[in-house]
Amino acid sequence: MFYRQAGDFKSSYREDLQTFALKQDRWAYYALLVVAFLVVPFIINDYWASAVLLPFLILAIAALGLNILTGYCGQVSLGTGGFMAVGAYACYKIMTSAPDLSIFFVVLLSGAVTALVGLIFGIPSLRIKGFYLAVATLAAQFFLVWLFNKVPWFYNYSASGQISAPERTMFGWAITGPNAEAPVRYLFCITIVVLLAWIARNLTRGRIGRSWMAIRDMDIAAEIIGVDPLKTKLLAFAVSSFYIGVSGALFFSVYLGAVEVGEVFGITLSFLILFMIIIGGLGSILGSFIGAGFLVLVPVLLKNVMVNGLGWPTDIAAHIEFVIVGGLIMGFLIVEPHGLAQLWRLAKEKLLLWPFPH
Amino acid sequence: MSPDFLNTIEVILNGLMAGVMYSLVALGFVLIFKASGIFNYAQGVMALFAAMTLVGFQTGQVPFSHLINAVFGTSIHSFGWTLPAVVAVLLTVVVMILFAILVERLVLKHLVNQEPIILFMATIGLAYFMEGMGDLMWGSEMKILDVGVPQGGSLWLEEFTAGWATEGSTYYGMYIDRLDIVATVVAIVLVISLTLFSQYTRTGRALRAVADDHQAALSVGISLRKIWVIVWAIAGIVAMVAGIMWGAKSGVQFSLSLIALKALPVLILGGFTSIPGAIIGGLIIGVGEKLFEYGVGPLIGGATENWFAYVLALIFLVFRPQGLFGDKIIERV
Repeated sequence: MFYRQAGDFKSSYREDLQTFALKQDRWAYYALLVVAFLVVPFIINDYWASAVLLPFLILAIAALGLNILTGYCGQVSLGTGGFMAVGAYACYKIMTSAPDLSIFFVVLLSGAVTALVGLIFGIPSLRIKGFYLAVATLAAQFFLVWLFNKVPWFYNYSASGQISAPERTMFGWAITGPNAEAPVRYLFCITIVVLLAWIARNLTRGRIGRSWMAIRDMDIAAEIIGVDPLKTKLLAFAVSSFYIGVSGALFFSVYLGAVEVGEVFGITLSFLILFMIIIGGLGSILGSFIGAGFLVLVPVLLKNVMVNGLGWPTDIAAHIEFVIVGGLIMGFLIVEPHGLAQLWRLAKEKLLLWPFPH
Repeated sequence: MSPDFLNTIEVILNGLMAGVMYSLVALGFVLIFKASGIFNYAQGVMALFAAMTLVGFQTGQVPFSHLINAVFGTSIHSFGWTLPAVVAVLLTVVVMILFAILVERLVLKHLVNQEPIILFMATIGLAYFMEGMGDLMWGSEMKILDVGVPQGGSLWLEEFTAGWATEGSTYYGMYIDRLDIVATVVAIVLVISLTLFSQYTRTGRALRAVADDHQAALSVGISLRKIWVIVWAIAGIVAMVAGIMWGAKSGVQFSLSLIALKALPVLILGGFTSIPGAIIGGLIIGVGEKLFEYGVGPLIGGATENWFAYVLALIFLVFRPQGLFGDKIIERV
């Protein structure tokens, strides 16, 4: 009734192909951006930033990256945690060796370094597929974490073996380090998120994204119609690793501040991000965000209800969280293999016709 | 013989024993993969869950006692009995069979005809679910599992081999855990009985038919769903055996489920569809990582066991994607 296509005339191909084809969708999107940039920074406090918003934004970037590789190009990766560690350590090394460089470029450079590492570990994907590739990426996960633990050069020979982010500023505001304030850190992250999401959306709906999807749907057929599997797969690995590296760099420098590689970037993180894109929706930009939001919010919610509300011990709450997350994954795969993003799409289609059934 | 040489032999022997343990887990993977094409990530958690259940039954723990206590404010922990090991093992077998039926009813039935990768992810979900469930039922503290399997080094072997070294050199003999020897025997018995089962029984023949071709098996009247339940139950029992062995070796704790990850490179080496492959792959990985740690480990900082298996598998994959004994992968457009 109020959400409809009628009267929204398109007079050019450009308008016809835009991301938000409906007027209401566009307004909603602009409104969301206004709220995110102009309202949230003024009401955000430390708890919301560190418990919900920062992990959501940063893990959403990693989910975007993994979704490009797994959802769009069909290459399953269990090495996300390892690649995030590459981003984090690259960020640390660049921060400490070039103190004058703006943190924004440091983060982008860390992404570029991770993209190179991702390229190397992507080479086997030309010969192996499916589970075999998943196991091959496990090699990246375990090897990289071990490497950062064992080679002191990576953590600048510090005694604890940890890396901790020194203070870096941008336009006079501290972004990293102990003096960084919640609104500033939030604004820094959301700027990068919006930028990267915009790039991802436009990459995936253009020629490159189509060649990724062709490889995903059937690689031999794609090769026959002229998609070069070497270039396409490696590009997917590079772009995906770039996103994951940026996410790792932000996770370390802006969110946590100090990192012990085995604890933070272990195999559990890889699975968490894989779950995000399964629950959110494989092959969907929106899905990456929904999945990240869902898996960041559910534990916070459960913890609030069970520990603070009912007074149960934290370990029981943690176990129940495992049961619920595991159950949700199976449930989603059975009921809606395309994730929450597909439910959202269906809801919108229904709403277009509402109140009529057809 | 020089002590160095003897040490190397000891490392190889220990590697073989460790490899047997990996093979035990990998065996469960292969069984399920052959029968249903599902790559069961939850195999390691099944081993953990079985071991926890076994300990729980043995010591008479009340299931969900922590949860019940937290909700109702009671403080029940134990029924106050200790069951003999045999009874506890049998009860655990029953639980694993029930588990197989539940998985088929609640999950697999609804995922027929989905892509393999979706099924794989579903088993990751299952793994998380069971991990939480096991901890919720039996508590997450590390448990000691004792079903009467002998443990500790074999003194006889140590004394026997101590005399092998050249005169005048200091050598104290080989250290091999008796538990590992038992595990090897158990694994051999398990493989032989599985082979006999699949060769000479009616159900076993049905299993092989399903592994060969789902549709052809269906058309001669084999019920796929029944076969799946049977296969998951067998895999559950294999997981229990693996869980007992690992649990007796290093205690029943969360790290047990990480063993499952180690079984993945084993499978890659051996091939997903071959039972002998699982055994030989396990042995290669076991020996390889022990030798690498012994020979190269000290030069690059140690703890190479964490990644060696995966990197070996990765290199191996590039040259032979189907594994040593796996079926050749043929793709058609």
